[in-house]
Amino acid sequence: MIIVNQFIASYNYWVIIFLMISGLYIVVARGNMIKKLIGLSIFQTSVYLLYISPGKIIQGTAPIISDHYSLYSNPLPHVLILTAIVVGIATLALGLSLTIRINEEFHTIEEDEIFSKEEL
Amino acid sequence: MQFEHLPATQILIPLIGAIFVLVTRKSIVIWAITSLLCLLTFINSIFLYKQVSVSGIVSYAMGGWEPPIGIEYRIDSVNSILIVLVSFMALLVAIYARKSIEVEIDDKKRHIFYSMYLLCLAGLLGILATGDAFNAFVFLEISSLSTYVMIAMGKDKRSLIASYQYLIMGTIGATFYVIGIGLIFIMTGSLNLNDISVQISNIDTIRPILASLAFITVGISLKLALFPLHSWLPNAYTYAPSVATAFLASTATKVAVYLLIRYFFDVYGYNIVFEDYWLSMLLIILSVAAMIGASLVAIFQNNIKKMFAYSSVAQMGYITLGIAIANHSSLVGSLVHIINHALIKGAIFMAIGCFAMRLSNITIEDFAGIGKKMPLTMTAFTIASLSLIGIPGTVGFISKWYIITGAIEKGWWWLVISIALSSLLALIYVGRIIEIAWFQQPKTKMNTITLSHEMIGVTLIASISTIYFGLNTELTVGLAKVAADSLLSGIIK
Repeated sequence: MIIVNQFIASYNYWVIIFLMISGLYIVVARGNMIKKLIGLSIFQTSVYLLYISPGKIIQGTAPIISDHYSLYSNPLPHVLILTAIVVGIATLALGLSLTIRINEEFHTIEEDEIFSKEEL
Repeated sequence: MQFEHLPATQILIPLIGAIFVLVTRKSIVIWAITSLLCLLTFINSIFLYKQVSVSGIVSYAMGGWEPPIGIEYRIDSVNSILIVLVSFMALLVAIYARKSIEVEIDDKKRHIFYSMYLLCLAGLLGILATGDAFNAFVFLEISSLSTYVMIAMGKDKRSLIASYQYLIMGTIGATFYVIGIGLIFIMTGSLNLNDISVQISNIDTIRPILASLAFITVGISLKLALFPLHSWLPNAYTYAPSVATAFLASTATKVAVYLLIRYFFDVYGYNIVFEDYWLSMLLIILSVAAMIGASLVAIFQNNIKKMFAYSSVAQMGYITLGIAIANHSSLVGSLVHIINHALIKGAIFMAIGCFAMRLSNITIEDFAGIGKKMPLTMTAFTIASLSLIGIPGTVGFISKWYIITGAIEKGWWWLVISIALSSLLALIYVGRIIEIAWFQQPKTKMNTITLSHEMIGVTLIASISTIYFGLNTELTVGLAKVAADSLLSGIIK
């Protein structure tokens, strides 16, 4: 029973770990370049949750100083993740534009088809 | 009078310069601006280094927010010398770039290349200068994203694939690094490296800290191409434009190694990282595998650029080996090898860039008799290659000597043998090129593009500096000893 309670109490971490592993698995297991990038995005998104979920304090409010509240959530993770999201978008955009260029040059975005044609 | 904003201007010069370059269109003007900015960055780094040697540690509160709340730029004896090194290599490669870029990159894209070059420089300097864990991640991504763009601009269409593969691997590495930072942040509530190192020693539940150490080590190892996480490197170096290869080979992986050193010795501290035997043993085994495995692969490469890309993986093995042995001599060896390998690989890839302009392919057959046609460039190439093997009198010898001394101090003779073996393998692949280039008759026809004077000049400067620092060891070894003292200050006494 204690184990089940612990499991439920830290369910946010289980969600994060599930997303993390499934994202990484897609990157490794898929040969399609777009699907790889989707996997990469899921992997990065799991990290956003890893930062944000511990920042929430139960019954804590937004950190605006007021007489009615004494408990505040930590705002720093949100700011950090805002930066990380920007980085993630830039990476995804660059990855997708590379995929477009690869499709123009090789006429396919399947990795095994490219490797069968070209010697890297 | 002292100018107190030096740590900030160090990064701001190339960062803001990148924007100016992007809106300029005439390629000779762009080149002039880029070289000037690199010169300014280099001068800035010299002044910064002088400030550090006078006052010990320069701490700069970015935007006036005091650390540990604000972002701190912290320059000490370890990173000040690496900032000088990276700025110096960036200056050399920027001067070298003009003609090579004219030949290899389309007129419409040149301003983008130079802009990315400056952004990458800003990112690398940022990683070196910052004392904030998350800020280091942002700079890591700035330098990586600009690197992907530079690689994708290669003439060969396979550069796109190389860039894509590096993007996937690099992003996984950077994300691992952020996961590690996240775990530290959850445990300590701080992102300032100096503050973290104080707080970590007060934590009772050590397991999340060890997990973060694992994530950060793997993440940075991907960036520095530690065997077996090196698979992105050979293709990226081979198909990138010559200028990008010369710059990346001499700076990008070195900066990642610096980050690893910073985390191992300053943030976590010797006690957490090396008290348990397994991490240092694992690193030693992987380093030896890189030194011997990658050298073996290099012997069988036909493409010269790819050969030296694999050689880079092997040389990174020496550096990580010195870190893993983790005594004073080996750490001095590692730090000196960071400097030396930057000079050597910069010189080699710049020389290869010169050859690539005259030859259509750079396979080993094309190099037949090239010493007679391009004697100056080939001389530079030969000197740098001899340094790579570690002939006494060149820089390569000094750093290997210190790493070997470190291994002997620990009584690990098998490491001495594997270093010797790896040097022998380097002798084989380098010797093969030198033999063909000097002693065979020319076969392939060369095109008539003339090399510019500054290209040959800069390549010669880089290769001669490998001899200069091999004979006059006081500068590099002296600095590395001071840096190693400060890294190991917690445990030696």
